[in-house]
Amino acid sequence: MEKKIILKANRIVKYFLEPIKFKALDDVSFEVAQGEFVTLIGKSGCGKSTLLYILSTMDTDYEGELFIDGIKITGQKQDNLAAIRNENIGFVFQFHYMLPEFSCLKNVMIPALKLGKYSYDEIEYQAYQKLELLGIKDQALKQASKLSGGQQQRVAIARALINEPKIIMCDEPSGNLDSKNTSIVLDTFHQLSKEFGQTIIAVTHDNDFAKSSNRIIEMADGKILVHDLKIN
Amino acid sequence: MKLKVNTEIALTHLLTRKKQTMVASLGVTVGIGIFIFMISLVVGFNRYSDESLFKAVPHIRIYKDDILSRPLMPFIDSVYETVIVNPKIANLTKSLINPDKILADFKKQDYVLTVAPQVSASLFYNNGTSQINGIASGVNIMEANDMFNIQSTMLAGDVSNLLTLPNGIIIGVGIADHLNIQLNDNINITSAIGVIKVMKVVGIFKTSNSAIDKTKSYTTLVVAQQLLHQSTSYVTDILVNIKDPNKAPEYAKRFENLTNYKIEDWQAANEQTMASNKTRKVMFGAISIAILLVAAFGIYNIINMTIKEKLNDIAILKATGFKGKDVINIFIKETLIMGFIGTSFGLVLAAILIKIVSGIYIGGDREYFPIGFETPIFIMGSIIGMLVTLGAGYIPALNAAKVDPIEIFRK
Repeated sequence: MEKKIILKANRIVKYFLEPIKFKALDDVSFEVAQGEFVTLIGKSGCGKSTLLYILSTMDTDYEGELFIDGIKITGQKQDNLAAIRNENIGFVFQFHYMLPEFSCLKNVMIPALKLGKYSYDEIEYQAYQKLELLGIKDQALKQASKLSGGQQQRVAIARALINEPKIIMCDEPSGNLDSKNTSIVLDTFHQLSKEFGQTIIAVTHDNDFAKSSNRIIEMADGKILVHDLKIN
Repeated sequence: MKLKVNTEIALTHLLTRKKQTMVASLGVTVGIGIFIFMISLVVGFNRYSDESLFKAVPHIRIYKDDILSRPLMPFIDSVYETVIVNPKIANLTKSLINPDKILADFKKQDYVLTVAPQVSASLFYNNGTSQINGIASGVNIMEANDMFNIQSTMLAGDVSNLLTLPNGIIIGVGIADHLNIQLNDNINITSAIGVIKVMKVVGIFKTSNSAIDKTKSYTTLVVAQQLLHQSTSYVTDILVNIKDPNKAPEYAKRFENLTNYKIEDWQAANEQTMASNKTRKVMFGAISIAILLVAAFGIYNIINMTIKEKLNDIAILKATGFKGKDVINIFIKETLIMGFIGTSFGLVLAAILIKIVSGIYIGGDREYFPIGFETPIFIMGSIIGMLVTLGAGYIPALNAAKVDPIEIFRK
């Protein structure tokens, strides 16, 4: 069965102007199907994070075209992009970026409250479910800044899941995690892609993490080297 | 707690940094408190000075101005110009013609409160060898009392005594002191044209103006007319009080087109007082605006700092789907809450200051400091307080909306 293409990048070129003009992405094209668990690997400075930011719709300063779920993202207004992100994309950042004054539960709830699709009580229930999924339900009412790095990372993943986005994007999701927590995250991602058909795109340095994904895209010098790398 | 998410974020920001919130609010409190206090001070003082002015000056005064003599035949030939060397004042009389008609006309107007005829006569008050020159106002005392509230300035006697005693006189306290005259004593007066009368002092008044207290006296119209050797139709001034004293110049202009008498409003007659009122307003206005500005910069600063510290949070919010206007909304809410707290306490502060100052004894006829609670000023103060904080918060909030999450995440 032909899988539905959820994300399509078409000849993306990105320049950095500071400190000197530098071509960070050079004619990058690829597709990701729905339910795929894709990892982007490559050396530091190869442009994988830059690519992720463009895919995330936050960076709009590039050439080429980006489609998410068949909708052309390139050229849309910031406010529309914010709404698209809110509904369709979940994020896990490299440094887990929580809102420090809020409880973990609130941190998870905020994107859903913004979306406003469900009532407060329903959102609260869903947030507890997501936290349970990641094994940190017991920390729900603690202030986010009081948690350890690994716990914060998992709360960030729970937050990325709250709106049941079509795509989950992660920048070094296992960066702060020990092997036990990494395997929890990996299991969660596989479960999401298999059971819920959610697409996961993760940038990582961690070859073990990459190995367990469905597909590995290797990048170097702003180009895609291999679309489906096999690591033994 | 089921608030809107933007409100909830704003509140959490404020509550987790209570100290900063309180400092910023306190800035507004001081700003608004002093602002309202200062404006109340000016309004109270101006009202007091107007009130004391109106004890001696009517809102509008109608009298016959001096006219210079003019050539009898103005144009003989366009080539020649007629000139009078050393022209003289050509008034035959200072009397207004048919004053009853003018009085009746004014009484018909609905914006007029009181109208009173007056005959002014300059005279000397004598007692033995000491002599003071001054002016007697011949009035219908009850009308004049309505207008100037003379009764409230009386130290001894009663204005109504003038009704029952045809040769009664009410004198200023300065005259009484200088000539050593008490109530019910007789006083000898000589008019400028030499009419001598012995009057009985039926009242002594004291205004806050010592120049008036040393010169002015009230008699009946008839006495003043007799002092000037004039008939009972002789009236030199018509005094008019209107409902809204601030509109006096407007009405004065209107009347001026109706008669050829000089019509003088109280502002024109008291330019110096008006000028000092205005100076006061500008001075206090400038000081209070300066204080408000300082408060506004305080708010601006704190919101700006909050935003600098919250760049990460803003980036996360934007990444998870908050729009630029949501970010503005959050920070505007924070400023408005601070503004509201600050302004509320500012109103309390102003009330306390006014309460304290209104108890300060200053002597004079007012006795206590002329300041009171003016509801319109409190309303104006709260509106200005909210507007100023809104403005101070809006600029940094706009900048926050422009934060680019990518730049934050890349660091």
